[in-house]
Amino acid sequence: MINIAHDKRGLSFRDQVVADTPGGEQLAHCLQCGSCGGSCPNGADMDYTPRTLFALINAGQRDKVLSANTMWCCVSCYACTSRCPQNIPITDVMYALKRLSLRENMASGTDAPALARTFTGLLDKYGRSFEFGLASRYYLFNKPISMLKMGPLGLSMFTRGRMSLVPTKIRQLDQLQAIIKKARELGGAS
Amino acid sequence: MKYAYYPGCSLECSSAAYDVSVRAVAELLGIELKELDDWNCCGATEYFSQDELTASSVIARNLALVEPDLNQLVAPCAACYLNLKKVDHLMGEHADLSAKINQALAAGGLRYQAGRVRVRHLLDVIHTDIGEQAIRDKVVRPLTGLRVAPYYGCQVVRPYNGFDDPEQPVKLDELFTWLGAEVVDYPVKTHCCGGHMTQISEPQAFELHRRLLQNAVEYEADMILCMCPMCQLNLDAYQNRVNGLFNTHFKMPIVFFTQMLGIAFGIEPKKLGFGKEIVAAEPVIRAKLAPATQPSA
Repeated sequence: MINIAHDKRGLSFRDQVVADTPGGEQLAHCLQCGSCGGSCPNGADMDYTPRTLFALINAGQRDKVLSANTMWCCVSCYACTSRCPQNIPITDVMYALKRLSLRENMASGTDAPALARTFTGLLDKYGRSFEFGLASRYYLFNKPISMLKMGPLGLSMFTRGRMSLVPTKIRQLDQLQAIIKKARELGGAS
Repeated sequence: MKYAYYPGCSLECSSAAYDVSVRAVAELLGIELKELDDWNCCGATEYFSQDELTASSVIARNLALVEPDLNQLVAPCAACYLNLKKVDHLMGEHADLSAKINQALAAGGLRYQAGRVRVRHLLDVIHTDIGEQAIRDKVVRPLTGLRVAPYYGCQVVRPYNGFDDPEQPVKLDELFTWLGAEVVDYPVKTHCCGGHMTQISEPQAFELHRRLLQNAVEYEADMILCMCPMCQLNLDAYQNRVNGLFNTHFKMPIVFFTQMLGIAFGIEPKKLGFGKEIVAAEPVIRAKLAPATQPSA
């Protein structure tokens, strides 16, 4: 069924995706050539390749699009973006779809949102990434069984001085957090 | 030549070998790197997945922190390089986004004008600003007899680089030719390593690792040269797990290009972070290369 529901900004689904993607207006010019899916390292695992997804977006199929695994398969290699003959910023469309999917609580069947939340949570707290904190928290809460397999790897990283058990903090954490707080207010995002 | 230097979080610990080799090689080449004071994490790919404006503002803080007397910022990490470059680009193209980012920065007493800082990748600086002759002049231990696979990965060459071809980049190939190495044809040189997919879906990521390793073996490379911490981590630290899943026997050293640059310049392996990689690289170096012709730097 075609979903033509408008969001609170009064935008149709397609316009919403366009508005949330810098340069997103190019989406209307998709030729359905399939260069994107053909270039994608994870295309084979996607519910819909980007080409199909763009057709669904243009057809207003909001629920199908936002519950697809397509954008969560995207690891930002930019191969599609670099090859798109219509200059659609495909990787950035994928980011916009990830954000919309999270906002609408429609992401499922992937641990990618949990990884993203854990990562940015640590960034907000320390100003730097904290790999041991990220790995331990993310695996503990999302993949406890995989933690066993990660043990030997973690140990060999640790013995080579490639893993620290304590985070590094930036000096002007207050400044960074004030910027983050203001950006959240202005963006109104999660 | 003086540049602001953004090491990025990976180079602080898990890719410390990249940081020490970058600093050692830069010093020898007369590239003055001044670490950006109090830099913060670039958010990798994770922040853009959640909140575009916050992601951009967090990155823009670093651009705003570049001292007024410096106008170039060097980032060796592919993800940091891309993010810094991307935000500068987005701010230049989209005035509304730029205004909002500056409103957020103002809450921290900062401001950034698009185009003020030129973000450079270290490979570009070494290849373009230092150039062939100066590099050749520094070689005391030619990499003759060593076959290297130049692995560019994704985020340096796409989509903003401006210094090399996104499909068929050659700058790393050329650099290693100057050092005397045999640069193998590596058709997958810009293919993806899977990035963070290793943490999300191992079978999906391990297949991408396998292809990259298999291709290097088929082209009889002695090692893979990386310019990204994520690529190095994925191919090095997970190589054993890849072997377990596919019943393969890869034993391919994965090193940062700056480490081998340092070897060619006669710098002690310990000062270049060798020994931190999981698949040992030094036995291959000892087996393939003659000792330095002059005392080490």
